Amino acid sequence: MRDLFAFLAGGLFGVGLLISGMTDTTKVQGWLDVFGNWDPTLAFVMGGAIVPMAAAWAFARGRRPALGGAFPPAPEPRLGRNLVIGSVLFGAGWGLAGLCPGPAIASATWGGVGGAVFLLAMAGGMWGAPPLRARLAEVEQPA
Amino acid sequence: MPQDWLFGLVGGGIIGLAGSVYLLVNGRIMGASGIIGGLVDGSARETGRERAAFLAGLVLVPGLAVLLTGGADTHLTGNLAVVAAAGLLVGLGTRLANGCTSGHGVCGISRLSLRGIVATVFYILAGGLTVVFFRHLLGVI
Repeated sequence: MRDLFAFLAGGLFGVGLLISGMTDTTKVQGWLDVFGNWDPTLAFVMGGAIVPMAAAWAFARGRRPALGGAFPPAPEPRLGRNLVIGSVLFGAGWGLAGLCPGPAIASATWGGVGGAVFLLAMAGGMWGAPPLRARLAEVEQPA
Repeated sequence: MPQDWLFGLVGGGIIGLAGSVYLLVNGRIMGASGIIGGLVDGSARETGRERAAFLAGLVLVPGLAVLLTGGADTHLTGNLAVVAAAGLLVGLGTRLANGCTSGHGVCGISRLSLRGIVATVFYILAGGLTVVFFRHLLGVI
């Protein structure tokens, strides 16, 4: 049952990314390109996704997930070096290709060789992250 | 196209619905980089099958939709060196930051998570600067 709803959520996510245009790198780079032919679509996608998601978080309060278990704990308040450095690196890659992880996976069947190269490189980066994360956290510890 | 914003809004709503299902039914945050990252670095353990099912839906359902509607194009640059560098940065960065556009952006901002908001500000700023630098100054992308 968990797997079925995970499949369903993944499928909906993918269709949403496709319809919204987020699997098209020109729309993503168009949003980031404030000095070029600026494309505001991404703001509508974000807004359209955040509203129902905020309602879901509100509904979750005081309840349990339908299939048991517990909801995720409250967000961690500390920011940290990993968050900032990681987001800057991610943003740079996102700008270079116009792909973030969701659309990169969703477009796997029609993304061609380039899409496959991106996915392989992304998996490589993910695989290499934990040692670096531990290292950065170590540096961060106050003396 | 002039109605792109409408497709954006509707598609965004479907993304929000997907995140709501994953949260309210499975009790999990729908973050693409976290779901796949946990499988790649082996930290997933007992949630592996659920993650794999999510990814299967994410690949197969839009794949089928594109097959039936006659194709789509990611318009990804043909420069594979740029593509590989971008993929590496996206993989490394999202796992260091513990989230991407879906986890920090959609799921984080919607519950007013400070980390989600700060991450989103930084990756949009970095993305914007990258496009300006590599497109308008170097002309690489």
